[in-house]
Parts: sequence; structure tokens; C-alpha cells
Amino acid sequence: MLDVRNLEVSFATRRGNVAAVRGIDLHVDAGETLGIVGESGSGKSVTSYAVMRLLDPAATLSATRLNYGGIDLLRASERDMRDLRGREISMIFQNPRAALNPIRTVGQQISDVLRQHVRAGRSDARSKAIAAMEAVEIRDSAQRFRAYPFELSGGMCQRIVIALALACDPRLLIADEPTTGLDITTQKTVMDLIAKVIRQRNMGAVLITHDLGLAAEYCDRVMVMKDGRVVEQGVPDKLFQHPVDAYTRKLVDANPRAGTTVRELLPNESRSPMPCMKGASQDSLISVDRLGKIFATAGAPVHAVREVSFSISRGGSLGLVGESGSGKSTVSSIIARLADASSGTASFAGADLFDVPAHRFARDPRRARIQMVFQDATDSLNPRHTARQSLLEPIKRLSSSGAKEREARVRELADLVGLPHVLLSRFPHQLSGGQKARVGIARAIAVEPDLLILDEPTAALDVSIQAVILNLLVDLRARLSMTYLFVSHDLQVVRMLCDDVVVMKAGAVVEQGPVSEVLHTPAHDYTKSLIAAAPKPPARVESLGATRISSHA
Amino acid sequence: MSEPVATPASANAVQVDDTWLHHVSHVLRSNPVTLLAFVLFAGIVVIALFGPWIAPFDPMESNAARALEPPSLRHLFGTDNLGRDVFSRVIVATRLDLTISVAAVALSFVVGSILGSLAGYYGGWLDAALNRVLDMVMAFPLFVLAMGIVAALGNTVENIVYATAIINVPFYARLVRAEVNIRRDAGFVRAARLSGASDTAVLSLHIFPNALPPLMVQVSLNLGWAILNAAGLSFIGLGVRPPTPEWGIMVAEGANFIVSGEWWLAIFPGLSLMLAVFTFNLLGDGLRDIVDPRTRT
Repeated sequence: MLDVRNLEVSFATRRGNVAAVRGIDLHVDAGETLGIVGESGSGKSVTSYAVMRLLDPAATLSATRLNYGGIDLLRASERDMRDLRGREISMIFQNPRAALNPIRTVGQQISDVLRQHVRAGRSDARSKAIAAMEAVEIRDSAQRFRAYPFELSGGMCQRIVIALALACDPRLLIADEPTTGLDITTQKTVMDLIAKVIRQRNMGAVLITHDLGLAAEYCDRVMVMKDGRVVEQGVPDKLFQHPVDAYTRKLVDANPRAGTTVRELLPNESRSPMPCMKGASQDSLISVDRLGKIFATAGAPVHAVREVSFSISRGGSLGLVGESGSGKSTVSSIIARLADASSGTASFAGADLFDVPAHRFARDPRRARIQMVFQDATDSLNPRHTARQSLLEPIKRLSSSGAKEREARVRELADLVGLPHVLLSRFPHQLSGGQKARVGIARAIAVEPDLLILDEPTAALDVSIQAVILNLLVDLRARLSMTYLFVSHDLQVVRMLCDDVVVMKAGAVVEQGPVSEVLHTPAHDYTKSLIAAAPKPPARVESLGATRISSHA
Repeated sequence: MSEPVATPASANAVQVDDTWLHHVSHVLRSNPVTLLAFVLFAGIVVIALFGPWIAPFDPMESNAARALEPPSLRHLFGTDNLGRDVFSRVIVATRLDLTISVAAVALSFVVGSILGSLAGYYGGWLDAALNRVLDMVMAFPLFVLAMGIVAALGNTVENIVYATAIINVPFYARLVRAEVNIRRDAGFVRAARLSGASDTAVLSLHIFPNALPPLMVQVSLNLGWAILNAAGLSFIGLGVRPPTPEWGIMVAEGANFIVSGEWWLAIFPGLSLMLAVFTFNLLGDGLRDIVDPRTRT
């Protein structure tokens, strides 16, 4: 159905042409789902935009063949392409909220597409749009027709986007990271829905994802891309169990999965021995008792956190797990003393932590002892400050050292987190995602805190970078004997990094205990559903045969 | 490696030019329009600084025998009704016009930024009160307001500066308020608080500098606008008084002679005014690129 040969895309930039896709071949048949996996910058999204001819004007596209169902897409006029998009080839975008027009009701937006492609007239557009919404299993479609995107949850918005994409019965569906930003349980229902519709209508599909677990579960064939080239392709089980290419092996290994240690995420050659953890001592560094947070809103007050209690022993590591809206970030900012609690108490090293309000805590001597690493490294670095300036900030304010000592400390920190010194004079936009994460971690440990709060520190990173950063965190904890509060939605990551875990839902704790116990024998239904919904990343079967093949390759 | 580092981040081999001068020259080279604007601006500044020495004649010296001569090699822009050299007067006037506009813009920039920062950062009643005051200022036709202020405070150059500054404050305050407000809870602001920074430090060292790029565009547009405003006030007889050389007055006085064919009296100061406004307006994009570190490669 879709047949592409030797596709090349390059972008004209200030520094000359940059090749994004360097000669890839792909074909998709009806009823087949092709997965394209790769990390950011691999060219997987550009490939799909090229097929849709939706590239930026600065891009040049060439291919020896770009056919869709007998139509040469290279020669098709823009007018023909407009007709094809949506009717024949349709796309589901990464961010459902950005893909929907915020000031039109979702029903109107579906009707617009139907009328655009003359699938419906003025009179029956509404009923056909409602039918399209029912096809993606939206309950009360007639009422939801009048809803605006902001009134719907993320998962519901993605269903609307899918309804839009499927409204005109396309034969080829391209889904570009359709579940990024959705919670694990929502991700599962959305992906199941997409798979079901594809099967029912016997459509061809391309699923672009960074998540090998999703690709393995939902695709018939998978292509692994790196730097604009296909490094390997095949049937997912075989491909992931016996990868031939070194990059594929690294990618498969980097996925946190059941039964691995954090070191096993790294390629063999860069694995160092696990640091020896000094067992957590018995006395607790921080203990929180019946913490509550109420946000006053125009309507009824919202209980973001209610009755949350836990304690972390000195040198221990606690995972705080939950989906969006569970209140885990609120809890972490209260403990970081960036926000005040509405109720409850907390003691830090034996003294009341809440005796100084959050807005005055910056001057408190305990400020240096509680530090935090933020979720989005890009957002957490001042765009006008170089890496050095960012690292100097806490050292200047929270320790009493001279200019020379400070500079020495910055260099020492850079070494600790593996940041080359030449990068210290760079601005955040000149650093890669992994480098920014290192700067964020270095800043947080600059004043040697006792308690380090990590708020999804790897959520925005590629898996191979995540593997490196997670290992770094394990090493740092052992070396600096810090106590971690690790906030995450990823159970496998928590399993590898934490001793204990607290599972939160809708502001309350549903289950807590040692990691091994909670994850292996979950008592609460919610924990069970979280574990069940998480995609199972494929594991490589390390056999003699596989090793031999790879050494020949 | 003795450090507990799993894999060090790879250093990019590309050398980054970090000096400020490198950056400025890069901005100027990459955009010819910006280069033109900076060259024109430098020219205007030089004329403003050295005007009295550049001018071939004394701008105040009248000579009845040579009144209303058309442009010639001796008098490039001709002479006015009192026989004064228009070219010299246009050149000498540059300093006064530039001083008024720069002073007015600087004043409104400082006051507007402080008010806007406080409102955007603290919000609440302060924000609400300030916004209503600014609404009131903006509800007046601004030129009429400036006229009123100068008429009430007295007819001096300083009062023109104050009047021009007051009517510009709302634009800065609004812009800064919005820019500060969207960054109030940004990650890097939370990180600064964790680093022990007080509210003042967070606001002045972290949030406000990030509002500079859009502010620079506003400053350059405002400079042009302020110079027109000052000239406009003089044109209608407020502020600078004749015989002081000033573009607005010269246009006003010269306007009487256009009907009788002596066009050079009004045209040349008018063209200078236009050139100055044009230069300031072009300057904006370049200034923004210079203060924005993200445009560094």
C-alpha cells in the first residue's frame, strides 16, 4: 500500500544542510502495523511527515519512489495531497491538546473534517460526527459533542484526535507517539483502542514510538532507526530477543524491565561494579505525618493531598509512585519547602520542618540540607545562565566559600556528574538533554544535601540517557550517603533505585511498603492495575548463538 | 577514571565563541538590516555628541542679507527667514531631540519595569490596583495627556521628558508584568529558591533578565515614538521654545513658508526626524538578538 524507496530529507539551516533522513526504504501493507522505534533525533517523525508531505519549507525531500496505493506522492500537487490527507492517509499526533483547536467544540472539529472531505453534508454532519465518536468508544457522545478540549481529560482528548483521524475511513494510519504524556493505564486503553480499530477496518498503520514495549506489543514488524538510517528491522520478538546491530542491543538493554539491576541497563563495556550501599540506618531522617494540602478554587476546595504519612530512614531511598493528579508532585514540593502544607506535620532530623513557612525557608539553615532535582531539566535551568553560573548559584548563597574554592567546587561537581569542563561555559540551549540533566543533578548536590528529592528526573530523557543518569544517581547516593525521595510514574525505575515505595492515587496513599513486596505481591487493586498496564519491554536473550551472530555482523 | 561516573557526557568538539563582542558581531553579520540600523544609530550618536563642532555655521546667528536662500553649496539645506543656516540648525538640534527621547525612554523603562515586575511576581491586590491605574492612564488620548502634563507642570525640557515618560510607563509595565508572570513558577525559579535566593534575588537576577528580549523591541519602537512626541509638543508650542534649534519647532516654523515655495525650511528637519525614527525602529530586532543568549549558536 505504502511503498517508499531511498527516502532522503534534509533541512537548510544557518550552518548548511543537515540530513535528517538518509535513504530509508519502507513499505506497509493493508492490515499490517509497522513500528518505527528510535530515540530523539533519529528521524522517525520526519519520515512520517515526509510521507504526508507535511515538511517545513526549509526541508528538501527526495526519494526514488514514494508511492501510496499507486499514486506517486512525489508528483502529487498540493491540492491532491490535501485531498489524500485525512481521507486516505491520516495521522495521530503526539500532543492531543495541541492537535485540537481550543476554541471549537470537539464535535464541530470532527464535523469540519467530515464536510471537508464531503463525507457529510450540513444536515447529517452532526450525526456522523457522533457516530465517529462512538466508534472510539466515547460514552455519552451526544453530550461530549459540545465539549471544548480543555473540558476533557488527556486520554479523552486523544480519543477525539483518533476519532478525527478515523472519521473519513482512511486506509493508512500514522500514529506519532500517540500516548506520550498519557498515564500508563490511559496509555493501555488508548493503544488497545487503536489496535482494535486497525484490525476491524483492516488498515495499514505506522506506529512511531520510543517505547520498545509498545512496539513489541502492537506491531507486526519493527524498524529501528538511528541518525536517519534504519539499523535493523524484523518481527519484534525475534528482533528484540536476538538483535544483531550494536545500537539495537544497547537500546533493548537500556529499557528498565523486570528482574534487572540498574547496571544491566548499560552496555557491557561501560558497566562498573555496583557501589556498596551502606545499609540504611534505623533512625529516620524525615518523617511525614498525615500531610494534607487543599487548594482553594473558585468552586469547591480541592484536596490535592490527604492524610499522607511516611518516613525515610537516613541513607534510605523511598519511591513515590502515582499517575498525574495523584498528588505526588505536591507532596515533593511541600517536603522541598517550596510550598506549605494545609495540615499535618513533618520532622526533619528530629526537628519540626514546618516551623518556618515556605516563603521564608530560603534563608533557613536547613535550606542546604534539602535539595531537589526537577523533572524537566530544560525548564529548571535559567536560559540566560551558563552551566557554571547555574552551579555557582547554590554554592554562593548556601555556603561560605571564597571565589577560588567555588570555582574548584564547580569543577569537582562537573567531574562527579561526568560533565566535561568545556561544557561549563555553555548556555542550556547549547547542551543536550542528558547534559542538562547532569547540570541539574550537580546543582542539587552542590551543597551536599542530606535529603535529595528527585521529581521524575529522567522523564524527559531518551532511554539510553536515562540508563546512564539512573546509574549516576545510584553511584552518587552511595558516595555522598544521601537520602532519596524518588518521585516517578515508572515502577521498574523505582524498583531499581528504591528500598521502599509509596503508591498514591487521587491525593491519598493506597499502598506502601518495601519495593519487592509491593511490586511482587501488590495488595491494592490500583497497584495491580498499574503493574498490569505498564508495557513490558522486551528482553534480549543472551545466548551463545546470538553472541556469535553479533560478532560476525 | 576514579570518579564514580558510569559514562561521562560527550563534549561537543565545536568551540563556542563566548565573548560578548563575538556575539554582537555575529548578530550584526547575520542580519544586514540590523547592521544598517546600528550604523545609522552610530551616526546619529556621533552627530549628537559632536554637533556643535560639525556644524559649519553658528545655528543662532541670523543674517538678514541671506534670508530664505534655497539650498546651495554654501548652505546645504538653505537658510531660514532670519538667514540662519538650516543645515547647522538640523545638526545641532540632534543632541536635544536625542537627549529628550533617550531620557524619557530610560525613565519609563525603569519605572515600568519595577512596577510590572512587582505586579507580575506578587499578583493579588497590588497587581489589580496597578492595572487599574495603568488602564486610567491609557484611557486618555496619550498626546493630549502629555500636553496637559507639560501645560500643568510648566514649559521646560525636563517636563517634556517627564510627560513622555509617564505616557510610556503603561506599555513597559504591561509587557514586564506578562513576561514576569509566566515565569513566576518556572522550574529555574523554583531551583533558584532551593538555592536560597530571596524574592528580590529571584525577581531581579532570574526572572527579569529573561524579559529583556521583548523589552528591547519595545525600547527601540518607543525611542522613535518618544522623539516624535517631543517634536510634536514643540511643534504645537509646548516645551522647547524658539530660537533653540529643535526639529519640531523648525518644522512648525518652516511650515509657514511652504506655501510661498520655501520648502527647505520644514523638509530637512522633517527628514531628519523621519530618519531618526526609522533608525530606532530598525534597531529593535538587533537589540533583542543581542540580549538573547539563545541566539548564540
